[in-house]
Amino acid sequence: MTAHDPKLSRRSLLTGAGALVIGFHLPRAARAQSGAGAAYRPGGNAAFAPNAFIRVAPDSTVTVLVKHIEFGQGPFTGLATLAAEEMDAAWSQMRAEHSPADVKLYANLLFGVQGTGGSTAIANSWEQMRKAGAAARVMLVQAAASAWKVPAGEITVSEGIISHASGKKGSFGEFAEAAAKLPVPENPPLKPASAYKLIGKEGAVKRLDSADKARGKAQFTIDIHAPNMLTVVVARPPRFGGKVASFDAADTLEVKGVVDVKQIGSGVAVYANGMWPALKGREVLKVTWDESEAEKRGSAELIAEYRKLAHEPGTVAGSHGDAEAALAKADKVIEAEFVFPYLAHAPMEPLDGYLEWDGQQALARFGSQFQTTEHQTIATILGLPLEKVSLETMLAGGSFGRRAQVSQHLAAELAMAAKAIGPNRPVKVVWTREDDLAGGYYRPLFVHRLRGAVKDGKIVAWANHIVGQSFFLGTPFEAMVVKNGIDATAVEGANEIFYEVPDFRCEVHNPKVGVPTLWWRSVGHTHTGYAVECFVDELLQAAGQDPLQGRLAMMGDKHTRAAAVLRAVGEMANWKGPGPVDGRARGVAVVESFSSFVAQIAEVSMGPDGEPKVHKVWCAVDCGVAVNPDVIRAQMEGGIGFGLGHALYGEITLDQGRPVQTNFHEYRSLRIHEMPEVEVKIIASTAAPTGVGEPGVPPIGPAVANALAALGHGRPRQLPVKGGTV
Amino acid sequence: MVSLKVNGTTHNLDIDEETPLLWAIRDNIGLTGTKFGCGIAQCGACTVFVDGQAQRSCVTPVSAVAGSEITTIEGLAGKEAEAVQAAWTSRDVPQCGYCQSGQVMSAIALLKENKKPTDRDIDLAMNGNICRCATYVRIRAAIHDAARALEI
Repeated sequence: MTAHDPKLSRRSLLTGAGALVIGFHLPRAARAQSGAGAAYRPGGNAAFAPNAFIRVAPDSTVTVLVKHIEFGQGPFTGLATLAAEEMDAAWSQMRAEHSPADVKLYANLLFGVQGTGGSTAIANSWEQMRKAGAAARVMLVQAAASAWKVPAGEITVSEGIISHASGKKGSFGEFAEAAAKLPVPENPPLKPASAYKLIGKEGAVKRLDSADKARGKAQFTIDIHAPNMLTVVVARPPRFGGKVASFDAADTLEVKGVVDVKQIGSGVAVYANGMWPALKGREVLKVTWDESEAEKRGSAELIAEYRKLAHEPGTVAGSHGDAEAALAKADKVIEAEFVFPYLAHAPMEPLDGYLEWDGQQALARFGSQFQTTEHQTIATILGLPLEKVSLETMLAGGSFGRRAQVSQHLAAELAMAAKAIGPNRPVKVVWTREDDLAGGYYRPLFVHRLRGAVKDGKIVAWANHIVGQSFFLGTPFEAMVVKNGIDATAVEGANEIFYEVPDFRCEVHNPKVGVPTLWWRSVGHTHTGYAVECFVDELLQAAGQDPLQGRLAMMGDKHTRAAAVLRAVGEMANWKGPGPVDGRARGVAVVESFSSFVAQIAEVSMGPDGEPKVHKVWCAVDCGVAVNPDVIRAQMEGGIGFGLGHALYGEITLDQGRPVQTNFHEYRSLRIHEMPEVEVKIIASTAAPTGVGEPGVPPIGPAVANALAALGHGRPRQLPVKGGTV
Repeated sequence: MVSLKVNGTTHNLDIDEETPLLWAIRDNIGLTGTKFGCGIAQCGACTVFVDGQAQRSCVTPVSAVAGSEITTIEGLAGKEAEAVQAAWTSRDVPQCGYCQSGQVMSAIALLKENKKPTDRDIDLAMNGNICRCATYVRIRAAIHDAARALEI
């Protein structure tokens, strides 16, 4: 671990998870037989491949092999920036593509396995990719020095041009072949930050994928077509934990274009020539489900149970002083209960995957977020040695956590569908939006019960009972990642808070529920951020304190980065209290997640239809060194929109165990007219870079709720604020 | 047999008449820039032009558009398309990018009708297109950029 985040976190959980997986099965020959240069040749016709990450072609294009999946958060651009900076390349010559699955070459240094998540792409690549670029530069310079018979130290490189004071000039491509014959330096020197031309420079770098994505040219998994390929949709149980009892495919097989129907582990698979016949075939498929072990409780029952549990002693996740004693002797105890619904990730591209195999070897292509474990899952199900299975990561239409599958269920379904139809029939498994929303792996339903007391203008006691499912308990990862009964992903952001309260306690219950759940963009902070930042606001209000100044006062001198983003956002918004002024009020929130600090102020009014209208959001972020400022701004904008849409409208409710919302007409998604204006300030920092994909999400919900309180509507106790259909 | 004219080329397809245009375009004709997002005309990822009008291909049966001129993102031409795609690129609008074909099609349709859209016009024209990455701030800015570029 090189992380500066010593707490038990999503990263360390994943490290544990990875160690477990690697421990049970990884052929020693993996490196020799797979990876760059073996199964297929990423980087195309590269003449110079100094390491696993850099490919220089004769035409001087530099292709960076990116070990992280690109589904919008910008790792293609970010990792290419790091390499280009140290190579002194021109940005116009840079390209990026996904690296193959190869844990030896492409592990996430914070996980120990190849995978993306926890907003770690830049953080774990920061040194690795700069060193990769620096090594390439040293070799290209040495090749030029030898050709020109001048000392390497006299050579300069700028914008991709190698030159010498004598007037000699050359491109990377010209020296690629010679450089390829040189030894690779083990520890090439890195530039000082003062010499950066790309890192942190406004306008120096544009996203590498924008042009194709604006022209419909980017290739996603759903776009894969191959000769003889079958499109597969799967009928899955309507309740979680249901199984196929029997099925009758007679009508399905009558549908023109349907080729076959097979029972697989996840349900009944319909194989067809194209998506439409597959859907038509599934529509007339008759399946009888065995629901004897299915989860039959609905959201209302679960919320009632959770509320009861929130009054019982749980596992202590954080404590100092004696919160119960302090509350017992307080003049007045303020109590708040917050209920958070199940949420779907609903990435624009629903889950899908492509697999071809001939019985001896296989190629899987999909938006794999945990390549190492998915690679192994596919090999295991097909009964092939790992080195006979190639996994090519595709661009994916969003994830928000959905593709980071602890259970490997998509990879498993893909391999099962391919295996059931037999070799030499490539398959493309596609989920519909209905499959996606009914498919589980939701952000878990949570209840927070908070109690606090104020005295003499100060918060003197704080107690929080958190109730919600752990997506690790009950899985093979439980023994590895749940320590002392605490799943950190359920309590992060709540078991330690910025605010100095003398008597503090946080307890957690993780009830067993048969609904599959998963991390969802910003994980525990999706609910802890809301509960903590709403409740502190409510207590400060009771204590007669300003929400922003009151927070700063309670941070003491221990939380300088959180305090700095809070001060910065106050200056941006010219904060003069919550208001309201002319019918608009302001709310503030600050959350640390994934070692980045984000504070937001939302300006809100109540619309005539009773729906909150968020006019503007000011956002200050400290994510260490800002590698690509514009990508950071984009992630804050997008994180705010994603967080806001779900806080206001998003919920999956279960009725007797069955998901109610079937598509976007019921699972309401933020639309353009509901998107606020956003202003972002990035705090200058020399600290190592941390993530931005998730940290923009948590503060917006509580910032809006706190503004609603200032408008006289109270802080919504149950999310979504509004819900309902479009 | 259904005859579809897509991007100027006629395709005779042996498919069900009720097949949504989306799947005919993607699976039978092989143009994959037009995306599937919901299948019920709620997200706009599948937007194409039918005789110049933006339409959701996921709920349009092929039988309804036989004889029409269908344009997908691959077949775009003209100054509005150039201005929108240039603005999308220079603003770095896309994140995951999956919905952006539909966003671009809707933006072009707007600018063909309205040379100088206000924010309100943009809201009305674009609120049928969902972006789960919430790139809306940049979509709005890029449409204004494109409108300005078209003035010149």
